[in-house]
Amino acid sequence: MSGRRPVSGRESSGTGDGPTARRHTATTRTTRTRQRSATPAARRTTTRTATARTGQYAALVAYLAFLAFPFLWLISTAFKPPRELGSIHPTWIPEAPTLENFRQAFTQQPLPAAAGNSLLAAAVSALIAIVLATPMAYVLARYRNRLSRAATGWVVVSQAFPLVLVIIPLFLILKGLHLVDSRIGLIMVYVVWSLPFALWMLTGYVRAVPPELEEAAAVDGAGRLRTLLSVTAPLLAPGIVATALFAFITAWNEFFFALVLLKSPGKQTLPVVLTHFLGAEGVADLGPLAAAALLATLPSLLLFAVIQRRITGGMLAGAVKS
Amino acid sequence: MTLATAPPRSPGAAADRAARTRRAQGAWFLVLPALIPILLLSVGPLLYGIGLAFTDAQSGRTQATRFVGLLNFSDLLHDTLFWDSFRIGLVWAFGVTVPQFFLALGLALLLHLPLRLRWLARALAIIPWAMPEVVVGIMWRLVYHPDAGILNETLRSLGLSGATDGRDWLSGLATALPAVIVVGVWAGMPQTTVTLLAGLQNVPRELHEAASMDGAGAWRRFRTVTWPALRPIALAVTALNFIWNFNSFALVFVLTDGGPGGRTRLPMLFAYEEAFRYGQFGYAATMGLAMVAVVSVLLAVYLAGRLKGDEDR
Repeated sequence: MSGRRPVSGRESSGTGDGPTARRHTATTRTTRTRQRSATPAARRTTTRTATARTGQYAALVAYLAFLAFPFLWLISTAFKPPRELGSIHPTWIPEAPTLENFRQAFTQQPLPAAAGNSLLAAAVSALIAIVLATPMAYVLARYRNRLSRAATGWVVVSQAFPLVLVIIPLFLILKGLHLVDSRIGLIMVYVVWSLPFALWMLTGYVRAVPPELEEAAAVDGAGRLRTLLSVTAPLLAPGIVATALFAFITAWNEFFFALVLLKSPGKQTLPVVLTHFLGAEGVADLGPLAAAALLATLPSLLLFAVIQRRITGGMLAGAVKS
Repeated sequence: MTLATAPPRSPGAAADRAARTRRAQGAWFLVLPALIPILLLSVGPLLYGIGLAFTDAQSGRTQATRFVGLLNFSDLLHDTLFWDSFRIGLVWAFGVTVPQFFLALGLALLLHLPLRLRWLARALAIIPWAMPEVVVGIMWRLVYHPDAGILNETLRSLGLSGATDGRDWLSGLATALPAVIVVGVWAGMPQTTVTLLAGLQNVPRELHEAASMDGAGAWRRFRTVTWPALRPIALAVTALNFIWNFNSFALVFVLTDGGPGGRTRLPMLFAYEEAFRYGQFGYAATMGLAMVAVVSVLLAVYLAGRLKGDEDR
């Protein structure tokens, strides 16, 4: 990924100011007319002209706007006083920005408790999932046999079946164990729910570690476990951290299982508590709603920003190689 | 299938294979910690769930659950509300997946170019991807809000107020489904874009340059060099996206809760209501199985693509 960086400096120059752009447009026209009698060189230059560049930048800006505008609106709404929220002509920038919505959000719903529940469920389930998944991922990556094929197949299938087919029996099982409306029950579900993806990503990371390194250690007389811990594990560490954080984020964001399994208000996680703000819908509640929603997003946004590149690589490796 | 056919393609294959077999036999203890919870809490419940589809299981009922054979299935066949929801689910999944793929492909190609704001696009792409679906739903409710929302205000400022003044996009019978589809596209596009972008980075640069030397234009280079290399990833991403969209729940639950008048009631929302509002566990499980039918077709497409990718390697 990083190998391509230097290129950008070179090629993006020359798109700068107006006059240059206009000159390039003129060139395009002549190039186009020439194109029919087409020398390869002429056609090649066409793609580099300013017209193409302008189009590309227009598309990019449109994309940026589409990505950013709901989020900017959320931020704007979170800082608006009730008077501005009730206005018929809403403005992008609050005229009298206030933190009042945040204060109200905390008094309307038990946000700290909900955040604590989310944190607990996400952190514990991510930790357990990683501890369970790493050894298995190692085996799946290194050995190809019936088990690894079955496991890979299960990983794919489990990503695909409708959750309702699993949650009903899980609900009944957990009810039998008296673990409905319990944080332990939710954590158990989250562990199993994040295992496929953890396996998927970790298997990709293990494959990236050359087996020759392990073989060399084995030749030197290290046992399997020793080899794993002293050779493979350190190389895997960044991948393991990325996977754990990803499992954390998915659990932090999860809604369906938490909605079904947790009934007592004191045990509910943040996403479920957020929907309580929607209950009595009115203009006056929009502010606290936006404020709470914004707060609930920050942890996953920050963590995700840290690991995003690794995630993509890991998912890609898992998705296209078996 | 077995170890004998497993391909250690490195040189010195025979000795290698023997060593691997020996080590594989001792690998079981590494697998068990994950395998046991998977069997108990994932495979088990899945089979249990399939079994429930053939029973009259209900929540909070005193008499025993009975096996009712195909009764739920015949009920489902005659349940027009379910078929409506099934159709809505398909429209939603197509409506989100297809535009999302083409937009994401275009954007991936765009971001693959050395453009100046590329870093910003990548940084912003994180937002929809990392956000809880619940928050995405809440955020777009704020955007779509009839009075305090920015959408109507923007349309007003563009002089389109006559058609849209005070329009509540999420409650309109005709506008609700398109409105939630837009949100679905928004929410899933970055992930698809970034995945395709990562795929593009595996397309050999030399091939591109060679094709360019031979006088191939942009479209031709895309068709003959980029697309063949990208296709397995594109296929995998699209199939999985379709499946995930068809099965999705939280986004639409928050946006409309299936309303207005069931116009956005995705199958998952219907099954959720049936199971956890009306307590009809058996019937809801049957709905889940019906959804699996759709999913299986796409899963087959995806797996076929994977296997083919395996052969090509």
